[in-house]
Amino acid sequence: MAIGEILLLVFVFVIAGFLGVELISKVPSQLHTPLMSGTNAISGITIVGAISATAVALHTDGTVSAICGFAAIVLATINVIGGYLVTDRMLGMFKSKQKKGDDKK
Amino acid sequence: MNWSEVSVVLTTILYMVSAVLFIRGIKLLGKADTARRGNLMSSVGMLIAVVTVLLEKKVTDTVTNGPLKNAYLWALAAIVLGGVIGAVWAKKVEMTGMPQLVALFNGFGGLSSLLVALTQYMTDGSINVFSSVALGLTIAIGAIAFTGSVVAWGKLSGKMFKKNISIPAKNAINACLAIVGLVGVLLYALSIADVVGKTVGDVGIIVTSVSYLLLGFTMVVAIGGGDMPVIISLLNAFSGLAAAFAGLAMSNSVLVVSGCLVGTSGLILTLIMCKAMNRKLTALLFSSFGASAKKGAAGEHKEPKSMSVEDAYLILEAASSVVFIPGYGMAVAQAQHAVKELCDKLEENGAEVSFAIHPVAGRMPGHMNVLLAEANVPYEQLKTADEMNPQMSNTDVAIVIGANDVVNPSAINDETSPLYGMPIINAFEARTVFVLKRGKGTGFSGVENPLFTNDNTVMIYGDAKQTVSSLVSEFDEG
Repeated sequence: MAIGEILLLVFVFVIAGFLGVELISKVPSQLHTPLMSGTNAISGITIVGAISATAVALHTDGTVSAICGFAAIVLATINVIGGYLVTDRMLGMFKSKQKKGDDKK
Repeated sequence: MNWSEVSVVLTTILYMVSAVLFIRGIKLLGKADTARRGNLMSSVGMLIAVVTVLLEKKVTDTVTNGPLKNAYLWALAAIVLGGVIGAVWAKKVEMTGMPQLVALFNGFGGLSSLLVALTQYMTDGSINVFSSVALGLTIAIGAIAFTGSVVAWGKLSGKMFKKNISIPAKNAINACLAIVGLVGVLLYALSIADVVGKTVGDVGIIVTSVSYLLLGFTMVVAIGGGDMPVIISLLNAFSGLAAAFAGLAMSNSVLVVSGCLVGTSGLILTLIMCKAMNRKLTALLFSSFGASAKKGAAGEHKEPKSMSVEDAYLILEAASSVVFIPGYGMAVAQAQHAVKELCDKLEENGAEVSFAIHPVAGRMPGHMNVLLAEANVPYEQLKTADEMNPQMSNTDVAIVIGANDVVNPSAINDETSPLYGMPIINAFEARTVFVLKRGKGTGFSGVENPLFTNDNTVMIYGDAKQTVSSLVSEFDEG
């Protein structure tokens, strides 16, 4: 890794951090749970790292490391799929009075 | 251009698209009408990211390998396995089991980042000093998120660590573990810089893993149920940060962006929760609640009044405005559907009904909102403490269901109370207050609640669900 690449990564890291603060500062408390479980699903992005690391492990013939990577993909997928589905289920329950009236008719 | 260049350009653009979708998705998640679309959008971002990694040169290099060395087959098998497990859990979970499931998923995310770092540590020959530090920190944060979340899951589901185990000299132990773990990271980085031998670096990685796995355990095991909303959102922030550090170690921009977004947004949510409890994050992590809390303020001890369901019904029937104040007890009794029925009856009777929800009521941020939404309570009826408090003195009846500390007036008028300064729902200002409670006793904080002995407060002892259901049947008969 060249020094330029490292600095660019740090740059992205810091900017993304501030962006996160800006995005979340005004959220109504009723959405705290879906927000938390939705961002929790996003933290499963490590699946990308897991697939890439597994590929490297397979390329270098590391059996132990490949199994380690495999487990990482499985766990990250559980986090991603489960997280999104649970969030969607929760949000599907939040109904306004208006929409509920429509359901009954 | 050869494939390796095409691959770099293509993956960079696609990762950018997926990062934009995550940002937009989180933004939309913050508004009630668009939240579902936001979640969908961020899941599309995730799909794009996963497809993109399959186009990375490291991965495409294995396409010509035999089935046992082919990364596509490994990834497919792992995703199918994980996808099925995740989907089944997400479909099967009861809404009351939501906090522990979110905690468990979060733990898996942390463990995954930890394993990614270990895999990279075992295979990657191009690690430099910078990526070695990032890799070490990924292990540390991933480990703490993993064991911390598992302990939180155990506590929330009531399966393990139910009692708050107090560890002697907890702060000293935690500080030691944290420092020893960081020394491990340092040793590993030094071995990469060729200052010390490779074996020393290996020892460093093991030391970091072990001490931070332990730290996650010791940190969360001492935390009480009422502080769970704070600790869950903190652990969520950790698993995001672990992913971000994994991204720094592997120089993968989409990991850095999305991991960091989750990390900081989780941290903000944690601070919001802390503010709602009038606690400092440091105080929550480094001192156990109640240690300094003196139990029971001095002064006369009044016995709370109690009332039968029949008498309570007569008061409710005459009420023109009613406020429900739910707490964790409502979740335990699974009373939300019965509460909704009672709410319908009261509205038929011409009363105005609303719900006052404290930000930390329950075991995770927004816990009560989810349960009431499950029972079909429209979200316009769910009010925050700030919206509800000014109207409280015009309210005929406030019904407190399984809540305690969040309605404790000591927070306003007793400077010696450990709760002093915590924003509460001013239930005591209502003309009549019903408190539905399983039995006598204090809340999780162990602080006496003067609300219960106020002249306008009536206790209705018993299972909250049963009490509410019998109130509903009183309305049917009346």
